[in-house]
Amino acid sequence: MAAISMQNGCFSFGERTVFDGVDLDILKGEVLCILGANGCGKTTLLRCLNGTLRLKTGAVCLDGTEITEMDIVSIARRVGFVFQEHSAPFPFSVLEVVRMGRAPHLRFFGSPSRKDTEIAEKVLDMVGMLEYRNKPYTQISGGERQLVLIARTLAQEPDIILMDEPTSHLDFKNQALILRIVNRLAKTGMGVIMTSHFPDHALLYSDKVALMADGGFVALGTPDDTIIEPNLKQVYGIDVKVLRIEDSDYGRPVRICLPSSI
Amino acid sequence: MSKRNVTILVIAPLGLLLASMFIGRYSLDFVTAMQAFGLRFFSIPADIPDTVNSVLFNIRLPRILMAMAVGAALSVSGASFQGMFKNPLVSPDILGVSAAAGFGAALAIVLDGNAALIQFFAFIFGLVGVALAYLISRVYRTTPALMLVLSGVVVSAFFSALISVIKYIADPFQKLPAITFWLMGSLGDVAGSDLLLALPPIIFGTAGLLAVRWRLNVLAMGDEEARSLGIKTEILKGFVILCATIVTASAVCVSGIIGWVGLIIPHVGRMLVGPDHKALLPASISIGACYLLVMDNIARTAISAEIPLGILTAVIGAPFFAYLLRRTKGGWQ
Repeated sequence: MAAISMQNGCFSFGERTVFDGVDLDILKGEVLCILGANGCGKTTLLRCLNGTLRLKTGAVCLDGTEITEMDIVSIARRVGFVFQEHSAPFPFSVLEVVRMGRAPHLRFFGSPSRKDTEIAEKVLDMVGMLEYRNKPYTQISGGERQLVLIARTLAQEPDIILMDEPTSHLDFKNQALILRIVNRLAKTGMGVIMTSHFPDHALLYSDKVALMADGGFVALGTPDDTIIEPNLKQVYGIDVKVLRIEDSDYGRPVRICLPSSI
Repeated sequence: MSKRNVTILVIAPLGLLLASMFIGRYSLDFVTAMQAFGLRFFSIPADIPDTVNSVLFNIRLPRILMAMAVGAALSVSGASFQGMFKNPLVSPDILGVSAAAGFGAALAIVLDGNAALIQFFAFIFGLVGVALAYLISRVYRTTPALMLVLSGVVVSAFFSALISVIKYIADPFQKLPAITFWLMGSLGDVAGSDLLLALPPIIFGTAGLLAVRWRLNVLAMGDEEARSLGIKTEILKGFVILCATIVTASAVCVSGIIGWVGLIIPHVGRMLVGPDHKALLPASISIGACYLLVMDNIARTAISAEIPLGILTAVIGAPFFAYLLRRTKGGWQ
């Protein structure tokens, strides 16, 4: 059964319909990458998937249970959300921020125990940030902060992770680093849905791609089937050439996208 | 929190409490005071003059305990609100509790109310003011921080205007000075009975805030993030506002309006123990209790007349805040 799915989803802010007739589902262990132009509704779609926003019609299901019938605590135990824009008013330590991920597993008057701290340290180690545990969260770089937020989401021990442009504002190396971690997480059985502005990221790191434009999906399927020149032209409105590279260290021929010169 | 900090934060208030018993115009020697305590609490026979008993147990002890309770109350609710509003410049009266309580007190004074009625009106109007601010802010059915702050400003302005109306019509020889003096804040008239009334709500409200203090960390990351972590933000915010308002209103109705404490003390706490509310709230309680006790000791002994406490906390608090700004270079990071 699909770990998370949307059937015939439609969402609107008042009169303005953001998307309509959207179907998607992923299994545990799969990475779905949603591509689309600025303002096409990628983030709104993600916010519907974790129940922050309510669909106008259609349904979001977690393991077959409708999300509108679950309370936010049980949703938070199964779906983690890595936010894009982020500012913290207080310089909490990295470890403290990651420990916040334990909130859905604690009672209203509870606070993290030694066991929760161990989990937080374990997931910090998974993303390679354990040595930063006592640093103020406000004084680390954007890439490091993204890793900490991913660790916090892992501390929730969810089945599904939703990521809103996890590579935005990151340099080349950190983009690759984050996406490798995403792939590693999927291999441990977690389902990942992320949005991105880079078709290359979808080609290199995802199992499924959804191309979003004009209030719906233009294409949904494997990267090879979906990321083709006519689809990219429709989504981004410019000519794009998809190149095939044989001598990569990916163990298979890979494809990358090149925008046209004019 | 380091062991050293914990020790300091526990010992300092106790030491100050003890020391403050000996501060005042009626001088007491240590042995007599100890004998008086022994007689009072352990029935150890001793020959104690009535004056000593009266000064210690009817005047100084209630006032000292009240100063500590009010300082702790304002500081713990200030720290909680700063976390909840994600803003280190918020004070506990951001939702209008002080202005509304001030109006209640002024109204009771012109109605010839006794001290009990003044306290009762101040407390009730304090709660009503915050309830109004909360209701006004719910135009979007949720309570975004900005809407809460704006409604608080509206409610404060409204009740400040009503205070002016009452001052304008009040008898300028009897009532007006009483209103003005109340608004400046003082612990000069505190009796043991005030303690019995004000302490229980302060303790309950503070316990409530302490119980959810870890969740304040998560709330400080923003509403949507907190919800994605399974925090029912509307319930949590309502609970924090309720507890902080009960605590602040209980303090204000006895002491009058004492500014600056709830704003500054959490900053001092953060400098000492860091931003984690798990440590910050207990630290604020301790530092706030010490600070207001010291201020009140100055208020009652510095000159032959009583200095209004609210003036003292502002006159000392404002420069101290400026010093903090310099020290932290304007940032809290």
